Amino acid sequence: MVESVDADLLAAPAQLLPAREQMALTLMFHIVFVPFGIALPTMMLIANFKGLRRNDPVALTLARRWSHAAGLTFAVGAASGTVLSFEMGLLWPGLTGRFGEVFGLPFAIEGVLFFLEAILVAIYIYGWRRLQPWTHFWLGLPIPFVAIGGAFSIISANAWMNMPAGFTIDENNQITNVDPIAAIFNDALPYELGHFLVAAYMAAGFTVASIYVVGWLKDRRDRYHRLGVLIPLTIATVLTPVQFVVGDLTAVAVFEDQPAKFAAMEVVTDSGTHQAEVLFGRYDSATNTVEGGISIPGLNSWLAGGSVDTYVPGLDQVPPENRPSNVTVVHWAFDIMVGVGTVLLLLAFWFFIAYWRRRDVPGNRLFLWFAASAGVLTYIAVEAGWIVTEVGRQPWIVYNIMRTEEAVTNTDAGTLWISFSLIALLYLSLAIGTITVLRAMSRRWRRTDRTDDDLAVYGPRPAVEEGAER
Amino acid sequence: MNTAVVVAGIMVLALTLYACTGIADYGAGFWDLTAGGRDRGRRPRSLIDNAVTPVWEANHVWLIYVLVLCWTGFGSTFASVMSTLYIPLAFALLGIVLRAAGFAMSKDAARARMRHLAGWIFGAGSFLTPFCLGTAVGAVLTGRIPVGNAAGDELTSWLNPTAILVGLLTVAIGAYVSAVYLSAEARRHGAPGLQGYFRARAIAAGLAGLALGVVVLISLWFDERQMFDRVVQRGWPLLLASLVLLAATFLLAGGTRMWRVRLAGAGGIAALVWAWAVAQYPYLLPFSLTVQDGAAGPATLRWLLIWAAGALLLVVPALILLFWLDQRGELGEDPATSRAPTLHEGSAQA
Ligand code: HDD
Ligand code: HEM
Ligand code: HEM
Repeated sequence: MVESVDADLLAAPAQLLPAREQMALTLMFHIVFVPFGIALPTMMLIANFKGLRRNDPVALTLARRWSHAAGLTFAVGAASGTVLSFEMGLLWPGLTGRFGEVFGLPFAIEGVLFFLEAILVAIYIYGWRRLQPWTHFWLGLPIPFVAIGGAFSIISANAWMNMPAGFTIDENNQITNVDPIAAIFNDALPYELGHFLVAAYMAAGFTVASIYVVGWLKDRRDRYHRLGVLIPLTIATVLTPVQFVVGDLTAVAVFEDQPAKFAAMEVVTDSGTHQAEVLFGRYDSATNTVEGGISIPGLNSWLAGGSVDTYVPGLDQVPPENRPSNVTVVHWAFDIMVGVGTVLLLLAFWFFIAYWRRRDVPGNRLFLWFAASAGVLTYIAVEAGWIVTEVGRQPWIVYNIMRTEEAVTNTDAGTLWISFSLIALLYLSLAIGTITVLRAMSRRWRRTDRTDDDLAVYGPRPAVEEGAER
Repeated sequence: MNTAVVVAGIMVLALTLYACTGIADYGAGFWDLTAGGRDRGRRPRSLIDNAVTPVWEANHVWLIYVLVLCWTGFGSTFASVMSTLYIPLAFALLGIVLRAAGFAMSKDAARARMRHLAGWIFGAGSFLTPFCLGTAVGAVLTGRIPVGNAAGDELTSWLNPTAILVGLLTVAIGAYVSAVYLSAEARRHGAPGLQGYFRARAIAAGLAGLALGVVVLISLWFDERQMFDRVVQRGWPLLLASLVLLAATFLLAGGTRMWRVRLAGAGGIAALVWAWAVAQYPYLLPFSLTVQDGAAGPATLRWLLIWAAGALLLVVPALILLFWLDQRGELGEDPATSRAPTLHEGSAQA
């Protein structure tokens, strides 16, 4: 490595771009499986409980199928999570090398909790045939709590990047007074965790419901599809209004904790009171102005502080080199997330009213089409939310403490582009493979509906056959 | 004992468990790959499928735990290793993802063609990961990782005879332990034909591993004399134990007391891992960074230890439960949902 002594401090190294692209791609892939890992076990246990209490084989079938889907998404989630663990060192040695001792502990906690979850999920999935029904249920019961524990730790690590705590930097630029517990319980943890857990349950709930709503639209209106819609849809719609409130609290907290991110997500260019809420539009970093977009006078100040007189610092207060590199992306992502939240709120109220009147899956086709798209919409909100968090924190990898370019690996940029391309290709085929397998599963389930499958949810499994026919 | 050394010891322990379980799973993938054509390989493949699936994810997590412990407890070591060894570690990662993809596909691929493809993907990943991880160990062992962000040579640090040989040795180790486990598994399922089949493979892989081990030592002698001396002078009891256990598995693998065979197989591998650790001590990165100098602050180390104790309390009972249920035959692939249903399903019993 040749150190260019007088290099412009702000010139980003060539490997920064591929490293960020790779991190973003792999995280955004991983996060797809996470809501299932967190929330699907809850749904499957609810169905399992219903099935055992009411002696309902349809509910048990659902529970069993969901457990298998959970197993598959868990496996893919584990593999993509392993990729992330490697990348913390492969791509960001500056971060883990310097701050690993501060924010590493939650990852260690997460590792153990995921391990526990993997074991319990394996027991649950592979225990359907032989275990006593209630024993089987009780063995599965810890899974959702362990999953929440895992989410707690990993979100804590991310929240720490937003609101670093638990250490001091001495005059020699060394880290001292490391307190990993203070780092875990940093200021951003409560709102990030609350907002994310609700999002995870919403995403998994709406997505699972969508699948059965599609069946319902195709006139498969049996008890199997009814339960398949109602269990997840109830969870998701009840949480939607909650998320509206929690999301708002999150935005207010970001306004107080991370003013630059707030200014970027709301494209506040000039500081002041009576800030207008701008929907979409394009930010021009050269002139610090916004072009186009719809402007609602005063609303932004009102949302941030409860009154139009709230003073909102704008991007003009952030030195240009510390402004998020892509304000337009952050802002659009925020507007998309809030937009989706609003649309889902409508869906939730529609469902409440329709269910209250008919006690069944609403028959209105417009509603059904709406519900069928809700899974995709929620995922768009989840991905957009993470873009707000991560891109909005730029140029900092540890807010106000370490810049992202200080953390990136010194590996040759060409090598990084190659590995990024390989990973992108591989993930594409992994995604196709997963979808193919899930579809094959569901097609076969449909073929066997109401045949041997429903009869024998619990019962002895056939002996292991040596050289079984395939 | 000070906390840094204990944390390093826990890391080596996790690595040992990974070598005995995770690397063994890769070995199973290797035997899947080499089992021959579709008809000839059907019986061993069915055994491998049956043996590997229920515990797959659990085995895999040890590696993650090693990584996390390393960046929390020994951040600069982690950063130095990961950045200098970007290429082999990225390939190891590729293998992990390939394997997971093959696993996910084979789990449900009803069609033969898909299963076949899945087998290839699975097998390729099963070679790549242990080989690349082994070369990384070789690079550390021979002192080719200086402290710093990509401070070492990105190619020659691992593209050298010793590191490559350690990579091959790791592949052989995986193939060996998995064949040992599979012969035990075959016995449990009452398949004497397969027991013999895997015993023969265990012996072949064990002998290959032995030969590679000797070649690694020779290469190390030429390459890094100081490390060679440490391996031999400090590690000899462990190397000897490993040899004895290797011979023991050869003798026991045809018998009936299968837990002994598993234990001997795993013990031999554990002894090798500890021989490496003992030879390196007190260095994390020979011969530039010691455990003391590279360790995190005292609060972090203390919490890592507290959490390790907590983890033991949480995970050990769960693991025991898993293996106990598995050995009692209470766990198994659920045929009605994960495979095309076979005709002799169990009777109704809700
Ligand atoms: C179901 C998905 C979903 C929905 C409907 C919403 N969000 Fe969200 N949002 C997320 C899913 C999400 C997320 C993906 O879960 C994020 C990313 C990081 C996090 O903690 O949650 C997030 C982040 C996030 C952040 C950044 C937090 C930070 O950087 O620390 C803010 C300010 C908001 N959200 C605000 C809102 C508001 C005002 C909403 C309007 C009702 C809203 N969210 C709806
Ligand atoms: C799982 C949901 C997450 C998603 C979808 C996500 C998304 C992203 C994206 C899009 C980037 C690129 C930023 C840019 O290009 O400017 C990024 C960067 C990064 N994220 Fe996250 N993130 C997630 C959670 C986390 C968590 C929990 C951590 C834990 C520490 C984390 C660590 C990082 C790091 C180290 C970078 C690279 C540095 C940077 O560009 O800021 N992310 N992430
Ligand atoms: C830099 C960021 C991240 C890293 C390094 C990371 C690491 C990992 C690892 C190593 C695994 C596999 C564990 C196992 O094998 O059992 C995993 C899986 C998982 N991760 Fe992440 N993760 C990250 C971001 C996130 C985020 C933001 C969440 C959200 C809560 C999350 C939730 C999960 C869950 C629930 C699983 C279990 C797999 C599943 O159920 O699909 N991860 N992650």
